[in-house]
Amino acid sequence: MSRASLFVPLGVFLLIVVIGFFGFRLSDPHSLPSALLGKPFPDFSAPLLDDPARLVDRSALLGAPVLVNVWATWCPTCKAEHDELLRIGAETGIRIVGVNYKDDRAQALDWLVRYGDPYEFVIEDRDGSLGVELGVYGAPETFLLDADGRVVYKHVGDINPRVWRDDFEPLLADLQDD
Amino acid sequence: MMPELGQLALALAFCLSVLVAVFGLAGAQLGRMRWMAALDSLVLGKFIFVAFAFVILTHAFLTDDFSVAYVANNSNSLLPWYYKMSAVWGAHEGSFLLLVLIMAGWTLAVALRSGELPRTFSARVLGVMGLLNIGFLAFLIFTSNPFDRLAPMTPADGADLNPLLQDFGLIVHPPMLYMGYVGFSVSFAFALAALLSRRLDSSWARWSRPWSNVAWAFLTLGIVLGSWWAYYELGWGGWWFWDPVENASFMPWLAGTALIHSLAVTEKRGTFKSWTLLLAITTFSLSLLGAFIVRSGVLTSVHAFAVDPTRGMFILAFLLVVVGGSLALYATRASVIASRVRYGFWSREAFLLINNIIFVVAMAFVLLGTLYPLAYEAVTGGDKISVGVPYFNAGFVPLMLLLAVALGALPVLQWKGTPPGRLWRDLRWMALASVTLGVGLPLLLTGALAWQACVALVVGFWILGTHLRDLWQRGRRGLGRVPLAYWGMFAAHGGFAVALFGIALTSVLSVEKDLRMVPGQTEQVVGIAITFDGVAPRQGVNFVADRGTFLIEENGHRYALHPEKRRYLAREMVMTEAAIDAGFLRDVYVSLGEPLGDGAWAVRLQVKPFVRWIWLGGLLMTLGGIIAVADARYRRLRRRAAAPAGAGAAA
Repeated sequence: MSRASLFVPLGVFLLIVVIGFFGFRLSDPHSLPSALLGKPFPDFSAPLLDDPARLVDRSALLGAPVLVNVWATWCPTCKAEHDELLRIGAETGIRIVGVNYKDDRAQALDWLVRYGDPYEFVIEDRDGSLGVELGVYGAPETFLLDADGRVVYKHVGDINPRVWRDDFEPLLADLQDD
Repeated sequence: MMPELGQLALALAFCLSVLVAVFGLAGAQLGRMRWMAALDSLVLGKFIFVAFAFVILTHAFLTDDFSVAYVANNSNSLLPWYYKMSAVWGAHEGSFLLLVLIMAGWTLAVALRSGELPRTFSARVLGVMGLLNIGFLAFLIFTSNPFDRLAPMTPADGADLNPLLQDFGLIVHPPMLYMGYVGFSVSFAFALAALLSRRLDSSWARWSRPWSNVAWAFLTLGIVLGSWWAYYELGWGGWWFWDPVENASFMPWLAGTALIHSLAVTEKRGTFKSWTLLLAITTFSLSLLGAFIVRSGVLTSVHAFAVDPTRGMFILAFLLVVVGGSLALYATRASVIASRVRYGFWSREAFLLINNIIFVVAMAFVLLGTLYPLAYEAVTGGDKISVGVPYFNAGFVPLMLLLAVALGALPVLQWKGTPPGRLWRDLRWMALASVTLGVGLPLLLTGALAWQACVALVVGFWILGTHLRDLWQRGRRGLGRVPLAYWGMFAAHGGFAVALFGIALTSVLSVEKDLRMVPGQTEQVVGIAITFDGVAPRQGVNFVADRGTFLIEENGHRYALHPEKRRYLAREMVMTEAAIDAGFLRDVYVSLGEPLGDGAWAVRLQVKPFVRWIWLGGLLMTLGGIIAVADARYRRLRRRAAAPAGAGAAA
């Protein structure tokens, strides 16, 4: 072992500090562009949460702008955004489709009964394979799709009134104008 | 007047800490005997002042002095007296005062029991603890003063203690946790003193071991209590949620577990020296992280920083100084001389190294999962993300199973190396037996085979089997001759297996039913008949409750459970109070949801087999840590050292 190796822990620590410092300082908010932006929502075939015998595919998302919300019962942030989704669904009438990500079916169904169901339907993605296709970092994430199924916007993290007002509403207004 | 006296006491304690740090560190460096001789009384004085401040804050709570902002925010005249006392550490400022008190207590304990150490060494230990005390007290006085007044606008009544915290589990949980966190500051101080005095032989490990074991035992107990509290108080029947607050206490535990094992190797074999030093620094750094950030709210949201930037900046600066400073000292002082002790793969050293690696990897894994959402929130400017249970389970469970396999082999392994042939001879029947039991028992009992449970059972039996076999062999010459340190290890390792059984069985066998129930309705949950008998109002001291009655019939035995839905008056907060019939083999857990009209209620019925074993295992581990410290070896050490202490001082 050389003397230099003793400096490794200090180096690692300082590296974390520097990254943390610049992370806090220099970060550009919302700088996580999705590779999917502007591209069609990937093709998939997955069962419905409440009726696993039925499979849905990409065509179920076409026809009108739709929010695709990735959620799970193990995700406290999903609980936090749930009321906002209910409100958005009720007030704007936009289609909201859920992707239940790496979750337990019984718990997910129980959650929807308990906290209300903002979704037109929920796609079950038990093994996370659709999540991989979508480039999901973690739950919750929400995609805005236009009527042709192209990804217009992707939001990572919870949808709160501010995010909805600043990021989604203008885009949605554009979509509905077209 | 009284709160101002408390503040004065804290200021005086701060000054004494400065003296302790200066006299301890400079005194040892310059060899000033009289400076070092003054340390004990300085440390005692500091403890008295902090204790005085703590008594004053407690007094303010008991006498409902709502002119003190902290009391007004966290107490209420309706609160029962015992919760008024525990409300002292119910929020950030007061819990930090408790932490400082415990820190002063540990420092005093070190001063009182360090007679066996060379005077310059113990002076450096106390000096390092003095430095830490300076930081803690400065944080308390300048950013989190519990004695701040609301005068002249004294409210008529307080805002009340968060109802979640009005509970026995929470009276005892934080003090235990803090005992653990701060206890590791002693290991840290010993490591730094060793670096400062360039005494990098195994003696510091021998001196530091009992302290580290006690700290570890307290931290274990604190975590067990926290898990138990979450289980019955949060009303969901879960016992571990991988949430940031839990992880904050779990990370130092993982590092600390690696530390106490590494210390053993350093003491007994003289190897792993630099690594042990690094672990001592890491463990305390994580304790510091845990102690600072949990109650200051930073972990739940970076917004806490925005609300109070001084607090956040202080924490960051303090962490930077302590962690960066100690790692810099380590880098310049630690020994690079490779130890001459050689060992093969099938040796205790190698397996304890495996233990260390697994614990450190697990710790890094949890750290990443805990900090990633925070970093994410900071980087994106306020977006939140949950890493979630699947991430933690995916990495953590395999690591622990691997650890369990290695642990089972440990009793047969010798220091330096064991002939593989002997291992095979000694362990093959044990391996066969544990596989048979682990697969056979679930088949016999439930008729089904859940592979996760089987794996856990197999490794659990494997640990128990090899340890019992070893105990039997040692005990043939009389169990009384087995040293206490061995019993400690036996209890702790057995506790690990018991917890493993509990976790595996309760995860696989638990049954949960969410139902709408009307009075008179009976439901069957795995052969237990549960009848809903309606809900009646009940008036508590500081809450009103809907109190449900459930009649349970289980194997001919009848009893009633009363879960409640409580509305706490001062905060208008509704709490679910689950009713549990606890048992060694199973818990029956009933919680009340929302009223659904016509006398019907949403009800959650759960039967959770073996859930108690999780905490039983944790308690056994705690017990093991304590027993090991009581070993005669340490008492001998003290006696032997008592005589030459005076001579050492003169020299």
